[in-house]
Amino acid sequence: MRVRGARVPEARQSAADALRAQDAWRAAACLAVDPPGLGGAVLRTDLGEATEAWLAALAGALPAGEGLRRLPPHIDDERLLGGTDLAATLRAGRPVHARGLLEECARGFLVLPMAERAEPQLAARLGAALDQRRVQVARDGQQREFATGFALVALDGGRASDEQCVPRLRERLALHVDLAGLRADAPPALTTHELEAARALLPTIAAGDGALQALCATALACGIATLRAPLLALRVARTHAALEGRDALAEEDLAFAARLVLAPRATVDPAAQAAEPEPGQQPPEQPPDSPEDPPDDQPPEPRDPGEVAKLEDSVQAAAQAVIPKDLLERLAAAELARARSGTAGRAGANVLAKRRGRPAGVRAGRPGAGTRLNLLATLRCAAPWQRLRGGQGTRVRVLPDDFRVTCYRQKKQTVTVFAIDASGSSALHRLAEAKGAVELLLAGCYVRRDEVAVIAFRGRQAELVLPPTRSLVRVKRSLAGLPGGGGTPMASALDLAARLIQQVAKRGQTPTLVLLTDGHANVARDGTGGRARAEADAIAAAKAVRLLGARTLLIDTAPRPQPQSQQLAELLVARYLALPHADARRVAEAVRLAG
Amino acid sequence: MRSVFPFSAIVGQDELRLALLAAAVDPALGGVLVLGDRGTGKSTAVRALAALLPPMKVIVGCRYHCDPALPGQWCEECRARPATPRPKSAELPVPVVDLPLGATEDRVLGALNLEQALSAGVRAFEPGLLAQANRGFLYVDEVNLLEDHLVDLLIDVAASGVNVVEREGLSVRHPARFVLVGSGNPEEGELRPQLLDRFGLSVEIRTPQDIAQRIQIVRRRDDFERDPAAFVAQWQPQEAALRAQIIAGRKRLPKVRVDDAALEWSARLCMRAGTDGLRGELTMVRAARALAAFHGRTKVGRAELLQVAPAALRHRLRRDPLDEGGSSLRIERAVAERDAADAGAGGARA
Repeated sequence: MRVRGARVPEARQSAADALRAQDAWRAAACLAVDPPGLGGAVLRTDLGEATEAWLAALAGALPAGEGLRRLPPHIDDERLLGGTDLAATLRAGRPVHARGLLEECARGFLVLPMAERAEPQLAARLGAALDQRRVQVARDGQQREFATGFALVALDGGRASDEQCVPRLRERLALHVDLAGLRADAPPALTTHELEAARALLPTIAAGDGALQALCATALACGIATLRAPLLALRVARTHAALEGRDALAEEDLAFAARLVLAPRATVDPAAQAAEPEPGQQPPEQPPDSPEDPPDDQPPEPRDPGEVAKLEDSVQAAAQAVIPKDLLERLAAAELARARSGTAGRAGANVLAKRRGRPAGVRAGRPGAGTRLNLLATLRCAAPWQRLRGGQGTRVRVLPDDFRVTCYRQKKQTVTVFAIDASGSSALHRLAEAKGAVELLLAGCYVRRDEVAVIAFRGRQAELVLPPTRSLVRVKRSLAGLPGGGGTPMASALDLAARLIQQVAKRGQTPTLVLLTDGHANVARDGTGGRARAEADAIAAAKAVRLLGARTLLIDTAPRPQPQSQQLAELLVARYLALPHADARRVAEAVRLAG
Repeated sequence: MRSVFPFSAIVGQDELRLALLAAAVDPALGGVLVLGDRGTGKSTAVRALAALLPPMKVIVGCRYHCDPALPGQWCEECRARPATPRPKSAELPVPVVDLPLGATEDRVLGALNLEQALSAGVRAFEPGLLAQANRGFLYVDEVNLLEDHLVDLLIDVAASGVNVVEREGLSVRHPARFVLVGSGNPEEGELRPQLLDRFGLSVEIRTPQDIAQRIQIVRRRDDFERDPAAFVAQWQPQEAALRAQIIAGRKRLPKVRVDDAALEWSARLCMRAGTDGLRGELTMVRAARALAAFHGRTKVGRAELLQVAPAALRHRLRRDPLDEGGSSLRIERAVAERDAADAGAGGARA
């Protein structure tokens, strides 16, 4: 792949792969030793044989009777947390509860395929169970709590960079293993005896201050904010040491943890950071600690500072060696993916679920035609009348009037897609105002739970700056450094808008397009200049957008209203609005009225 | 019982600890909202508070754990009981009830007890989570993922302190006064403004960037996980001292004075910061009073007001998304301006 300018020679590259493979199998062994402690693993996978072999290696290390259970990503609360056993309830004439998957699999492993598409609701429930090691159920007449010791293996089949396992799970699963492209040559599985020995050794392994400092410092150098990362790294290092039969942490254990826990979570390349230390990177001054004198805060025993620094360096080097060189691009792509998955389900798998909406209470009515009987509510309705109806024994007499169905609230959400012309001289001013308008709109409409997306176009082509979101925090962040200037690739912008509008409509939301521009298309679809082609392309693209039938508003921000813009508005069947000095509040107002 | 990470062993997060302690001293403060990034220890702190709270006196057999000393707040069942002999009382830990994700309406509000209805034909009410949380805390983790119809329920009950159930032929009302504690990650979506307003204090937390502090946090967490019982025992004295301080604070609370100067100071601050409504001011003074009581003072001073101002006002500012600084900064600015004005006035007087 790398032909010229490759940093790693061919031989070293395969050495890196060999290390990656060795780490991957080692990770399976670690997870088998301490499943609840490590929480589980995220497998970056191309779903090849290596993945099957890895899971088999894990399953092989489990005691008989405990296996891997698949957790389908579209599982509902009833199956996940527990619900009502329909048949048994009717037979017994009293509520009988059915256990959910989290209770059935209280030990052992759950395998979550397509973790990159998991719904936030599912990820939140799994995350809470992993955190507390207990699950609380308060649904459908059940009120109980049970302990659970499962570990989760999330299969992240997202392609190269734009899709990733949901952050909530990435955060809590210690080991991040990259299996893509590896061969399925698993080393012999650990024997029960070896596993038992490692488990017995595990609680006795001490972590020195030096080891702790090395992990914390490396995490910080890699730009990892969360404190779960160093904590999980410490546990992984300990498990690794236990497998090696050591009773203290060695440099090797810490390096392993750095490679599998810290490096995959890096948001900064420490190598790049070390090259140019900025004053801003210095830790800010901390407020003085609490006045009370906690028992474990004696000054650490004197140790050789040189030695600690050496350990720190070697752990950091271990992490650095496996941080991909294109980290920054990957992160940018992941951020986009995160934005997409954070708000609502992706197109495809969960369109159906989305159409049903979230459960929103119960009402009287016949089941069928897409509504589902709520058995408990129905029985509750029938219960008070049993004596009058002359029910005998355990048989419950239910009349059609008792039927209750669960209603789902499906709010038609609006997604406002802003396509902002960031070209030319007035770009900066327009951008600032458009940005303001987006934020104002979002602040105004979060009651209705609407979303906003932003496309910016300048230079050679249009770019999706902000995927549909309703998070004000994310809007601020992604709009902060939007550049301006250059040509006007109108066709590209309209194409992108059309794609986005289609996606939005597919998810069952209502799209609205707001186009802010002050002039002529002068960059064609292929990114070349030339007004005539550019305009022809723009006209074709506009027709395609019109076919989608989305509400459209064109705001002309030129000092004088432009005939081209009016024409474009006609083509789009858009409302045309000339706002020469478009200020944020007027734009927001116009959009609100148009909606 | 499951061991919980001790509250006093939490490193840093001063604002969060203060807010939770203030709510423990004065439950009428109106709840605490904790917003922050992943891995900052939001839920750890809230769950730690549960273990710290001193036990409360309840009427034996009451499903809503009514307070024997406050007949005015009793549930219908306690009121219906004959006045003599006096109801027996017992000590119970303060309930800290989790509202789990995926909870359904019948379990939150309470519903007809199906088993009794079917087997004995009795129409009995089976209390839900809101009843359990009466006089305690209701904790909603991932509060921004809560389903809308549950949010509506919570807003209504949190405002009135009474849960009214009219369903399945039941007609029940029972006290449901609880401190609402919510936590979440603001990146995952905004909160409904009505719900936001129900929280008395709102705290933003982030992970410390200081390496020494981070090492200390990881060390303590690791020690706790390796041997929870020993760790909890080791922190027992600190926990006991903190608990005693909360009890003393509650006793002192009615005696803490808020003079006109303090009231005026907070009113001016709120005007300058541009908060909506009077709730911000009231909460600020209330929280400052709780804090003063906690610290053993008899009068609310500037120090307490300053400490609680950001948490009390942050989420009540009129939203101006065009202001880049965010609400925390706006409050700091208002405080600074306030101080400057005070200094000017003080100088003139001198």
